[in-house]
Amino acid sequence: MNRALILLRRRLVGSVFVLLIVVIGTFLLLELAPGDAVDAYIVSTGGDAGMIELLRHRWGLDQSELTRLANYLWALLHLDLGQSVTFSRPIRDVILERLPTTLILMGSATAFSFGLGSALGIYAGARPGSFRDRFLSVGSLALYAVPGFWLGLVLIVIFAVDLRWLPIGGIESIASTKTGLARATDIATHLVLPVSALGFIYLALYLRMMRAGMAEAWRQDFVLAARARGISRRRIVLTHVARNALLPLVTMLGLQSAQMLGGSVVIESVFAVPGLGRLAQEAVAARDTPLLLGIILVSAVLVILINLLVDIAYALLDPRVGASEAGA
Amino acid sequence: MSPLRRFLRMPEALAGTAILAVLFAMALAAPLIFPGDPQAIAGPALLPPFQDWSLPLGTDRLGRDVLAELFHGARTSLAVGLAAAAAALAVGAIVGTLAGFAGGLVDDVLMRITDAFQTVPSFLLALAFVSAVGPSLGVVVVAIALGAWTGPARVARAEVLSIRERDFVAGARVIGMHPLEIAFREILPNALPPVLALSSVIVAAAILTEAALSFLGLGDPNRVTWGGMIAEGRAVLRTAPFLSIIPGVALVLTVLGVYLAGEGVIETTAVRRSLS
Repeated sequence: MNRALILLRRRLVGSVFVLLIVVIGTFLLLELAPGDAVDAYIVSTGGDAGMIELLRHRWGLDQSELTRLANYLWALLHLDLGQSVTFSRPIRDVILERLPTTLILMGSATAFSFGLGSALGIYAGARPGSFRDRFLSVGSLALYAVPGFWLGLVLIVIFAVDLRWLPIGGIESIASTKTGLARATDIATHLVLPVSALGFIYLALYLRMMRAGMAEAWRQDFVLAARARGISRRRIVLTHVARNALLPLVTMLGLQSAQMLGGSVVIESVFAVPGLGRLAQEAVAARDTPLLLGIILVSAVLVILINLLVDIAYALLDPRVGASEAGA
Repeated sequence: MSPLRRFLRMPEALAGTAILAVLFAMALAAPLIFPGDPQAIAGPALLPPFQDWSLPLGTDRLGRDVLAELFHGARTSLAVGLAAAAAALAVGAIVGTLAGFAGGLVDDVLMRITDAFQTVPSFLLALAFVSAVGPSLGVVVVAIALGAWTGPARVARAEVLSIRERDFVAGARVIGMHPLEIAFREILPNALPPVLALSSVIVAAAILTEAALSFLGLGDPNRVTWGGMIAEGRAVLRTAPFLSIIPGVALVLTVLGVYLAGEGVIETTAVRRSLS
C-alpha cells in the first residue's frame, strides 16, 4: 500500500503542472476565438456601444491579457468556470448536471469493451496462428476501422428502425414516471446501442493487445517451465499466459479514457444522449466558447483522475511497480 | 527475399494497397470524371441507387449525385488525412528529438506539455480549435494534428535517448558540430524509422477524426466530405438509409486499406526488427 501512496503523491504533483498547462492552453484558445463574452451576450440581448463598454469594464475584459489570465486562474481556484451565455447559468452547474450520464455511458462502454475484448483476446491468443486467431485478428482490424458514429447510425437502422427492438435515442423514456428497478431497466435499454457504438472500437483494441501480449508470453521461459511441470494447457493459458498479458491492458484503460471521452461527443449526438459530449456539440453550435473550454477543463481533470486510479490499480496488481522508490 | 517480394506475398498488404490505389485513382480522377460542382443538383431528389445508370448510386435529399460526391469526398479525406498526419509526425519528431537530446529542464517542460495534450481528449481539442478559428481545410488539418503529435513525440524521444549515447554522437561532438546540428542531422534521421511506423495508425485516425468533425458540421463547408454526406443522410435515415451507409462504407474501406498496407510495410521492412 505504501508503494501505491508514494506513486500517488508523485503523480499528483505532476498533474498540477499538466493542469496548469491545460488551463493556459484553453485561455489562449479563448483569446483566439473572434469576439468575447460581451459580444455573445449582446447578440442575444441587444444593446448599444455604451452598454458594451460598461459590460467589458464590469467583466474585466478591458484589462491586459496577463491580468485576465490571472483572473481566470483565480476564478478556477474557486471552482468558478464562468457564466454560460447559452444557458444563462453558471457553466459549472450545467456541466455537473450532464456529467453523470457521460460517466455511465463511458463506464458501461469500458466494461463492455474490456470484458469482451480481453475474453476474445484470450480465446484468440490461446492458440496463436490457428484459424480462430487469424479470423479474430482480421475481424478486429476491420472493426477498428469503423467510425463509431457511423456504426451508431447502422445500429439504429437495424435495431431501432427495422427490428424495433431498442429505442432510437435518448437516455430514458420521455415523461417516464418509472422509478427504481423499472427506471434502471429503461435506462439500460436506452444504453445498449450507444454503448455498443462507443465500445466496439475499443473491444477491437483490447482484443488485439491481449492477443499480442499472449503471443509474447507463450515464448517466455516460465511457460516452458509450467509445461514441463505437466500443468494442464487450460491452466497455463489462464493463469500463466493470460494473466501476464492482462497488465498492459490495465494501462491502456487509463490511456484510452481521453479518447473515449472524445468519442462520446459524436456518439452522444448520434443517440441524443444528454451528456457532456452532447453539451460540447451544443456549445459549438451556439458558439459558446467559454462553455466548450469549461468542458475541456473538466474532461482533463476527469482523465487525470482516471489515470490516477489506473496507476494505483496497476501498483496493487504488479508488485514491481514503485518498489524501487519505496525502498529508497 | 527482398522486402518488395515479401510485401507482394502478403494477401492483407496487397488488399490494402489495392484499396488505397483505387482511392487515390478516385481522388485524382474526380475533377475529370465529374468536372462540375459535386454539390450541384443533378437529378430528382432521393433517387435510390442502381435505378438510373446516369446516376448509379442515386441522389441525396437535394438531388445531388452521390457517386460524384463520393469521388470528391475521397479527395478531402485523403488530403486531410495525409496532411494532418505529416504535420503531426513532423512536429512530434522535432519535439521528441529536442526533448530527448537536450534533457534536463527542456525535456521536463516539453514532456509536461506533451502530457497536457494527451490529457485533453484530442477530439474535444479539435472541436474547440475549429469552432474558435472557423472551419476551413487548413484549420481542420491543424486541429487534427494538434491531438496527434504526442504519440510520435514520445516514440522519437525514447529513440533519441538510446541513440544519443552512441559513439557516432560522441564523435560528432568531438569534431565540434553544433548541438542542434547533431540533434537534427545525426540523431533525428536515425530515430525516424519507429516514428514512421506510427504513420499508418495516425493517417487512419486523422481520416476518422476529419469524418467525425464534418459529421458534426465542422468541416470546410465548401468541400464535399464523407462525414458531411453521412450527416446529410441522417436526416432521412428511415426512408433512405443508403445515403448514410454508402459514404460510411467508403470510410471503413479507406481506413482498413491504410491499416493493412501500413502493417504490410512495417512487417516487410526493417522497422519491426529494429523495434524489437
